Amino acid sequence: MTKAANMTMTGARMVVQALKDHGVEVVFGYPGGAVLPIYDEIFQQNDIRHILVRHEQGAVHMAEGYARSTGKPGVVLVTSGPGATNAVTGLTDALLDSIPLVVLTGQVPTFMIGTDGFQEADTIGITRPCTKHNWLVKDTADLASTIHTAFHVATSGRPGPVLIDIPKDVQFATAQYTTKEISRAPHYQPRVKGDMEQITRLVEMMEAAERPVFYTGGGVINSGPEASRILRELVAGTDFPITSTLMGLGSYPASGKNWLGMLGMHGLYEANLAMHGCDLMINVGARFDDRITGRVKDFSPHSKKAHIDIDPSSINKVIRVDVPIVGDVGNVLADVLALWKSRGSKTNKAGLAKWWKQINEWRAVECLNYKPSTKTIKPQYALQRLEALTKGMDRYITTEVGQHQMWAAQYLGFEDPNRWMTSGGLGTMGYGLPASIGVQIAHPEALVVNVAGEASWLMNMQEMGTAMQFRAPVKQFILNNERLGMVRQWQELLHGERYSHSWSESLPDFVKLAEAFGCKGLKCSDPKDLDDAIMEMIRYDGPVIFDCLVEKHENCFPMIPSGKPHNEMLLGEADTQGVIGAKGAVLV
Amino acid sequence: MSALNIKKGSSSHSAYDLRDPNAVVIEQHTLAVLVDNESGVLARVIGLFSGRGYNIDSLTVAEVDHAGHRSRITVVTRGTPQVIEQIKAQLARMVPVHDVHDLTAEGPAVQRELALFKVAGKGDARIEALRLAEIFRANVVDSTLESFVFEITGTPEKIDAFGDLMRPLGLVEIARTGVAALARGV
Repeated sequence: MTKAANMTMTGARMVVQALKDHGVEVVFGYPGGAVLPIYDEIFQQNDIRHILVRHEQGAVHMAEGYARSTGKPGVVLVTSGPGATNAVTGLTDALLDSIPLVVLTGQVPTFMIGTDGFQEADTIGITRPCTKHNWLVKDTADLASTIHTAFHVATSGRPGPVLIDIPKDVQFATAQYTTKEISRAPHYQPRVKGDMEQITRLVEMMEAAERPVFYTGGGVINSGPEASRILRELVAGTDFPITSTLMGLGSYPASGKNWLGMLGMHGLYEANLAMHGCDLMINVGARFDDRITGRVKDFSPHSKKAHIDIDPSSINKVIRVDVPIVGDVGNVLADVLALWKSRGSKTNKAGLAKWWKQINEWRAVECLNYKPSTKTIKPQYALQRLEALTKGMDRYITTEVGQHQMWAAQYLGFEDPNRWMTSGGLGTMGYGLPASIGVQIAHPEALVVNVAGEASWLMNMQEMGTAMQFRAPVKQFILNNERLGMVRQWQELLHGERYSHSWSESLPDFVKLAEAFGCKGLKCSDPKDLDDAIMEMIRYDGPVIFDCLVEKHENCFPMIPSGKPHNEMLLGEADTQGVIGAKGAVLV
Repeated sequence: MSALNIKKGSSSHSAYDLRDPNAVVIEQHTLAVLVDNESGVLARVIGLFSGRGYNIDSLTVAEVDHAGHRSRITVVTRGTPQVIEQIKAQLARMVPVHDVHDLTAEGPAVQRELALFKVAGKGDARIEALRLAEIFRANVVDSTLESFVFEITGTPEKIDAFGDLMRPLGLVEIARTGVAALARGV
């Protein structure tokens, strides 16, 4: 029992007390009229650090970065009305990527709700579809237990953002504090242990499969580091190839010998063809997203599919599977591994040897080849150099959304989980800069790089002020092509080269912008200077805005055009090097 | 490298596959959803249906356990078998939802709806309306010299049939409760 048991206190103090009881160290937020009592309590204590953001969207993305890099829930505190509506994009982002957040919003006093009061918005109504759950607390006596339930809901089962709307009179009123221990256990208790019958079926299939593949996703990361450890042991033991979604990068090390690289629309040739040609697909904590499956009808037509997911609604949503296993990834993988070992650690060795021979032929295509240049910095080259120069460092990467994001996923190698923070499901431009600050707050000594495009980066650039104020030495590595590159690429390939509004005009001078914020600005346009500039960025003790001027019309390949199956992949510019041999776009 | 040669207007221009992969086998299912009767719970359930593009043919809700603050939502929906499975899974994972029962799939169930019909008329039409109401075991719950209000319970089909018969006889207004349903047996 904490000291706070049976104590009477104001709602505002309850908020701070409950956060402490849940081990919260950092809150990202922005004050306003409807949360002033809570800010007053924050002022009078030193256990919880408050990071003052510049825009509420930034607060939510910071909390996401914090959560994804630590495995702990991120906490946000914003005011009513615009404070809450500004948080909506971040909430939706966290919902789609299953990131645990507890967001506290102020609300007008209960007796004013519904009167169109100043800074009143129907926060519960607005955020209902973009949270895992939300609560309006109308009675101070319910506040503490609601916060306890909120932490439970955010972090259990499939994690996600939750929101608690707290009217100002509820913050002022007093009631008895309900501790975590005496708070009623919520009935929400998702199943974590997989069905042994289905697990047995999966193990039998694994023993016989000729062309198996592990298809892993963000669920492995969300399940915790132990899930990644068991996955690695299972892959090493079975010698099955493994690919991952954008969300799952790092659960299996990029340097591992069974690693095929990322799959999906801009995934690697060998990964996508392995998915298409396999006879056993083992989906571990991924959700058959449309960027992964391509044309559903032709998705991996000859395989038996197993799907491990903690969320029953993910199973059979898009793709019918043969072996559904509802449970926590770490828990289920441990059972799979134990059973497979107890049955003699059998695999179809002859089949696997043939399968690896085939995969190695696909690997030999070297789908990530691009036409190098000595005059301009190719974005792929910039990322290769970033990778080479930061390899082995205590490194965290965040990204914005677009071509640079896909290149980062292709060319950077992740050895561990929780090192890669990117907006996968929602594709939120403006995610990376605030997320990098959240990561840096959690890991003050680490190297945190936001791989960005100039257009995305501008969407939340005000947060450089937050980075400066809280001495978060985040490195903003902007691949500046003066284009909305991914939009431009689609227009080139699919809309007759009509480049409707896909260039960035009137860009700021990023070096001067850095100086205006009081941090360091770097600019590089010559491949020869790139290494030195990257090293300067890494060595600088403080935030850096790195304006890396890259080739303007580079396209991101490989690419599976919309509505195409995995085996109709464009290798694009690699073709010009004669790897495939045909001119122009080749449908493999 | 603009060599995809996609016809203008083709759905291949989309960033999504616009073809519905589901076969068009549409089934109607009655679901019973037991929820915490907390504020906004109905909006949450309805929001799930509208947000994910599911259909609601009928919806009823009322608190059935006052002490436990539990409400029962009976929803009649339609979709392909895959969509029905999705609806159930999506409902079941909601935090205030305790139980989801598919009364259509889980064996025989009784379904009843209550409806009020206002029928205005004189002479033969009025007599015919009253005679038909007796056949349908509808009760007269309000009467003036020119109108009746009939109360009828039954399956939605029975109520539809009664409505069809009343229409030429001076039907003015209908109020229906939507379906309440329970599984047969224990």
